[in-house]
Amino acid sequence: MSEGIGASVRRKEDKRFITGKGKYTDDIRQENQAYAAFVRSPHAHAVVKSIDASEAEAMDGVVAVLNGHQLTEDGIGNIIAGWAITSKDGSGMNMGAWSALCTEKVRYVGDTIAIVIADTQEIARNAADAVMVDFDILPAEVNPEATLADGAPQIHDNAPNNQIYDWELGDEAATDSGLASAAHVTEMEIINNRLSPNPMEPRAAIAIFDEAEDHYTLYTTSQNPHVARLLLSAFYQVAPEHKLRVVAPDVGGGFGSKIYVYPEEIACLWASMKTNRSVKWTSTRSEAFLTDAHGRDHVTRAKMGFDANGKIVGFKVDTIANIGAYMSLFSSVTPTYLYATLLSGQYDMPAIHGNVRAVYTNTAPVDAYRGAGRPEATYLVERMMDTAALEMGVDPAELRRKNFIQSFPYQTQVIMNYDSGDFPGCMDKAQAAADVAGFAARKAESASRGKLRGIGYSSFIEACGIAPSAAVGSLGCGVGLWESAEVRVNPVGTIEVLTGSHSHGQSHETTFAQLVNDRFGIPIDNVQIVHGDTDKVQFGMGTYGSRSGPVGMNAIVKALDKVEAKVKKIAAHVLEASEDDIVIEAGEVKIAGTDKKMAWHEVGLAAYTAHNLPEGMEPGLKESAFFDPINFSFPSATLICEVEVDPETGVTDILQFTTADDFGVIINPMVVEGQVHGGIAQGIGQAMLENVVYDDSGQLLTGSYMDYAMPRADDLPSFTIEHNNVPSPSNPLGLKGCGEAGAIGAPPAVINAICNAIGNNNLSMPATPSKVWAALQEVSTQQAAE
Amino acid sequence: MTEISMVVNGKSVKADVADNTLLVDYIRESLRLTGTHVGCDTSQCGACVVHVDGKAVKSCTMLAASAQGSDVTTIEGLANGDLHPMQAAFKENHGLQCGFCTPGMIMSATDIVARYNASGKELTEEAIRDELEGNICRCTGYHNIVKAIVDGTSKMTNA
Repeated sequence: MSEGIGASVRRKEDKRFITGKGKYTDDIRQENQAYAAFVRSPHAHAVVKSIDASEAEAMDGVVAVLNGHQLTEDGIGNIIAGWAITSKDGSGMNMGAWSALCTEKVRYVGDTIAIVIADTQEIARNAADAVMVDFDILPAEVNPEATLADGAPQIHDNAPNNQIYDWELGDEAATDSGLASAAHVTEMEIINNRLSPNPMEPRAAIAIFDEAEDHYTLYTTSQNPHVARLLLSAFYQVAPEHKLRVVAPDVGGGFGSKIYVYPEEIACLWASMKTNRSVKWTSTRSEAFLTDAHGRDHVTRAKMGFDANGKIVGFKVDTIANIGAYMSLFSSVTPTYLYATLLSGQYDMPAIHGNVRAVYTNTAPVDAYRGAGRPEATYLVERMMDTAALEMGVDPAELRRKNFIQSFPYQTQVIMNYDSGDFPGCMDKAQAAADVAGFAARKAESASRGKLRGIGYSSFIEACGIAPSAAVGSLGCGVGLWESAEVRVNPVGTIEVLTGSHSHGQSHETTFAQLVNDRFGIPIDNVQIVHGDTDKVQFGMGTYGSRSGPVGMNAIVKALDKVEAKVKKIAAHVLEASEDDIVIEAGEVKIAGTDKKMAWHEVGLAAYTAHNLPEGMEPGLKESAFFDPINFSFPSATLICEVEVDPETGVTDILQFTTADDFGVIINPMVVEGQVHGGIAQGIGQAMLENVVYDDSGQLLTGSYMDYAMPRADDLPSFTIEHNNVPSPSNPLGLKGCGEAGAIGAPPAVINAICNAIGNNNLSMPATPSKVWAALQEVSTQQAAE
Repeated sequence: MTEISMVVNGKSVKADVADNTLLVDYIRESLRLTGTHVGCDTSQCGACVVHVDGKAVKSCTMLAASAQGSDVTTIEGLANGDLHPMQAAFKENHGLQCGFCTPGMIMSATDIVARYNASGKELTEEAIRDELEGNICRCTGYHNIVKAIVDGTSKMTNA
């Protein structure tokens, strides 16, 4: 069976996970290990008047209680935002300071005040409870609109009216004039609900300080260990980069929430030096709900104008993005360059204007969560399209078709240059697979049972493969977004691939090895993928934004190109042939058209014995590469959701969920479809179940799995996945990325379907049975009035 | 402190544990069997499922002392040989991604199959989804977990 590109190879990494031999951070134990627990704010907004740790310090087994004053005295830096956004008046961000341990003020429930180190986890937690903090409680604000009002509680002194920036993209005058000329304008207020990422493995860290070497090691649940090391050294000044090893071993899901370095990891690393003990911390799920960066949380007012033929003539968007109490690493870019740049969707729009105000509230920091900005754009655009179709009395699929971009490259009005796609083709395939033609009959059948059946579309595009370094640099990004790889051919011919990408469920150990098999014909069992350890792997940027395929894999391909060239040179020399005549097939290096050949391992051996190499060639067979993409990649899809609503209860069943995706070239269809399944599940979760809720005082009401509704097996259908792939012209492999697609595309398909079923377009996420039932009562009341 | 003794994965073990030690902590921290995971603190996620006397139990919901005299099987002890048929089915059907919920899923799945086989009821896809209500996965959307359990059921039944 083929193990190359396009084969659904079963995963190499599975055996350790299915036998309980995975090695996650919490599974690691160090000699002389102590445990950390954190003293956290029970208030959403308060002045810290004093901290009395005397009782805690006196407890048996307590090693130390350390606070923010000590942290500051040791020169530990504040937490940074990695992307500078410039307001439309030219001013920079009004960014408030975020210390890993608060000194003067707490700004959300869960804010870190002190770290307790003790001999056992139980003692550490009990001691944290015994630390007495005297607070002066301040009024709190959790609402992103109310926080902008005069007189709202001032959360950071340097952010007047709690506004961080007021930013715009696009041409406002052209958009206004387009809307003025429109035959029909659809206006909506759209709320994109706040979510908690909830990877099943809670965050964890083990910090190890080696006093003799003045060296630190941090095992942590990170999607990007090199970025973590850079932040911890260059910015937070905990340890110099060459004296810090960051290891992200098996990581149990991330979805964005494990991109960032949080206060807890900084404090543990610092505390390991202060106490000269290895310090271990494992988040509880309750702490995860309080402190893992949340996602989404937008309030948007938008107008979309259409001419008499149903063609879009202008799209104007005004969004308030809730950033929470502090600016997390990518919090500034998520609601701007990852959001407003996708407002054109799959449609030819002659004028677009997006305005975004980012605001502080007394809630957990909000940052990139699976899709990051693109789900917010997609939900907005696709709800607008269905609403407009409803208002104009046209078929929602036909309205989309009328406005689809048909030729590429296509320059949008909001920066992005779409390089490829086949939007009508995805719509065709999705409609065929979902049997849209048979919907009316199915609807009638549902009606015969007293049920309401509805169908909903979502046609989305996302920008992945983040991203060309110079382009993102020009937009304010603090780092380059290339990826690195090193391919090491051993003397016996086996291969190690060292990648800067990180797998926390994405199956890299298999799919990356498939690239090597495809190139050289070597069994994937002879290929080892090495990742997640800054001591082993060259600097890399990590995994987020569906970038491990379009960026990470292309770095590997670039390194493979170099290995191939050297192999051909060596073989040509040994076999006394021209390099151009050498071919590599099925693990053999041959002179084309002859029976003269070398086995793969013989070339490896020749490279390392160096007895007979071409004049001037260095021994060895190891090449590295950095790949910086020339453009984003643009996956797209049409998703179709079909639901049945019970009008008596408002309970919605998803009867079928279909998607026809364009991911460009696919390395492993089984893995890609798995990514799509998971993304759709998170999208359905957002649409029907999940919602982070704070009360007015800033207390988190959804702090456990009893209160925050995670999608479970009986909430979801099986999914139908079709492919309509157009290779990306922007990278050598033609990949577009698939990790976020489902989470981006699914929510509007679900809500559009429910609205279609119940005959009421006034419905917000999550569409719980009580909300759907209430929306149905509105319809009956209206009908009664008429 | 309480002295406990039990059989874990076929081996007799004995220990003095604090009265409030949870079975999952005893398994992970004392026995160092780290395949059993902790994903929540409210007995909701099912990452910690083990078998106690042949029945699936959330080991975060049981005191170690309550397992006194019991026969406990964890994910590490499930296979009698290379892989249990359900483990093989999870691999074959791509029923896992990050792997964190997987041990609990597999331990629940084998328990579900055993219960349905014992009662003679048919284990339909719908029944599998209902039965998995106590196990949360954030990666797979359950699509391939359900497929894996259907496959694992036939592999176990025909084994």
